[in-house]
Amino acid sequence: MMRLLTSLLVGLTLLSAPASAQTGPLRLELDQGIIEPMPFAVPNFVPDTPAAAQYPTDISRVIAADLTGTGLFREIAPEAFISRVNSFEAPIQFADWKAINADALVTGAVNLSGNTLTVRFRVWDVFSGQELGNGLQFSGPTDGWRRMAHKVADQVYSRITGEGGYFDSRVAFVSESGPKDQRRKRLAIMDYDGANVQYLTDSAAIVLAPRFSPAGDRLLYTSYESGRPRIYLLDVGRVKKQELKTQDGTMSFSPRFSPDGRSIVYSLTQGGNTDLWKMDLASGQSVRLTNTPAIETAPSYAPDGSRIVFESDRSGTPQLYVMPANGGEATRISFGQGRYGTPVWSPRGDLIAFTKQNKGRFHIGVMRVDGSEERLLTASFLDEGPTWSPNGRVIMFTRETQGASGRSSLYSVDISGRNLRPVRTPDGGSDPSWGPLLK
Amino acid sequence: MNVLSKIAALGALALVTACSNNDPSALGGAGGGSGSIVPGSPNDPRSPAYFQQAVGDRVLFAVDQSTLSSEAQSILQGQADWLLANTDYTATIEGHADEQGTREYNLALGARRANAAREFLISRGVAGNRLQTVSYGKERPIEICSTEECYSKNRRAVTVLTGSTAG
Repeated sequence: MMRLLTSLLVGLTLLSAPASAQTGPLRLELDQGIIEPMPFAVPNFVPDTPAAAQYPTDISRVIAADLTGTGLFREIAPEAFISRVNSFEAPIQFADWKAINADALVTGAVNLSGNTLTVRFRVWDVFSGQELGNGLQFSGPTDGWRRMAHKVADQVYSRITGEGGYFDSRVAFVSESGPKDQRRKRLAIMDYDGANVQYLTDSAAIVLAPRFSPAGDRLLYTSYESGRPRIYLLDVGRVKKQELKTQDGTMSFSPRFSPDGRSIVYSLTQGGNTDLWKMDLASGQSVRLTNTPAIETAPSYAPDGSRIVFESDRSGTPQLYVMPANGGEATRISFGQGRYGTPVWSPRGDLIAFTKQNKGRFHIGVMRVDGSEERLLTASFLDEGPTWSPNGRVIMFTRETQGASGRSSLYSVDISGRNLRPVRTPDGGSDPSWGPLLK
Repeated sequence: MNVLSKIAALGALALVTACSNNDPSALGGAGGGSGSIVPGSPNDPRSPAYFQQAVGDRVLFAVDQSTLSSEAQSILQGQADWLLANTDYTATIEGHADEQGTREYNLALGARRANAAREFLISRGVAGNRLQTVSYGKERPIEICSTEECYSKNRRAVTVLTGSTAG
């Protein structure tokens, strides 16, 4: 399945548009605190031929689920529709869609030619009767139908919010099964919505905290395969891994890619002390970035590669610090009550997501890169390990429940703090890493 | 150096015997007199089972700490004595944390704890090349409840004997 997905070449063609409307009045401004989700309708796409008829419903459902899942849109149930859309080219009966209070309408058609599926679609501003942007079509093998649906939904999301989408993306995570004291962990990858899970390791060795490369083609992770935590680099397409050799130490872990994908920053433990190091992947050479008796771990690069935010307990408790990418003086940025960890720089560069532990509770939060404007987005017995959606609007994280039967699973939350949702995985899940938007 | 550590070991052995006699739980009542010691059993002072149960294979830590309490130090003293007397064995010290903490920080914290135990054993004469460490962070709790009663047992450094020709 993986190979099919990675080799899927989605063709993109601009359809000639009947009305070349630009930015219509239909717009969600995400920074202005949306209270009411925008109502939209996605009538089943129209199959060009009877052979294509097995796809339209599934595709329409995935598009609707993507949009509804953001918490920004509300689907109008097909039972309420007055108009039927039996032809992609026929004029839209806007009055019928206004009557059921649809603000946005997505129409489309599906063509099957051999093993190639082509999905055409248009987005309509019902109130003005104008097309929002231009019609587009995506083509690919039939196995990739979900990806085509995600691409359509990304276009709809982008055109209405003015921001990049995040539906056609994947998440690497650790699949968990078994009791708490004998948990089995496997590295896995899936679509952002939990579909198409593929396992990349067996459960023979504990694996921790995968991280996607900026291009999404490789994963860094930590494994006990050799008996001790060591860093591995995995080629996702070929499912081929190699250990990354570091300086001597009892443990290397917490690896993250630089934004150009050419080097990694990681933690190395020597004599019980953990510092940050940087390795050039081509040469395998490492240089030390921190040198203190404190624990320094969980690094994350700024998207421009100039700085690194990380966690250190040099003050006595774990707190967040920012330093130049080549090391040097670090500035503490977390000053609230409690302990801070796992900082992750947002892809837009403006925020840092983190885990906060305070008064026996855990939170996922965000702050500006100078530490100001801290906001906590979640609270539970144990939330940790945030990862950003490609557009920097949503955070996925691990939530573990309390007690002997405690279980880890994945959740997502909007950076507004709204729309907390579980992400379904076949077993338990932890340590998500959200990859880039696929090409 | 070798002679010195052997002398230290002899002294330590005497200490162990003394301690054990004062500690009713240490040797267990079951075996009875010295004539009935089964080699390899917890009653055999040279056995890993004895190390685990009578000497004590683990020390516990306070929240977020890697400093050794006086109780921990006395258990580690016993471990050092045993290791000096049973030179066929090497050991791996496994450091652990409770679930209150993030995954990667806890890995580093477990490493600190394992290292604290290792350094103590070295300071008491055990050769460093006999002692390895590994941290499991919060990945391998021994108690699974989510209260301090369990957490206190999970914040541990466990000395696991390895590589003996005898055992």
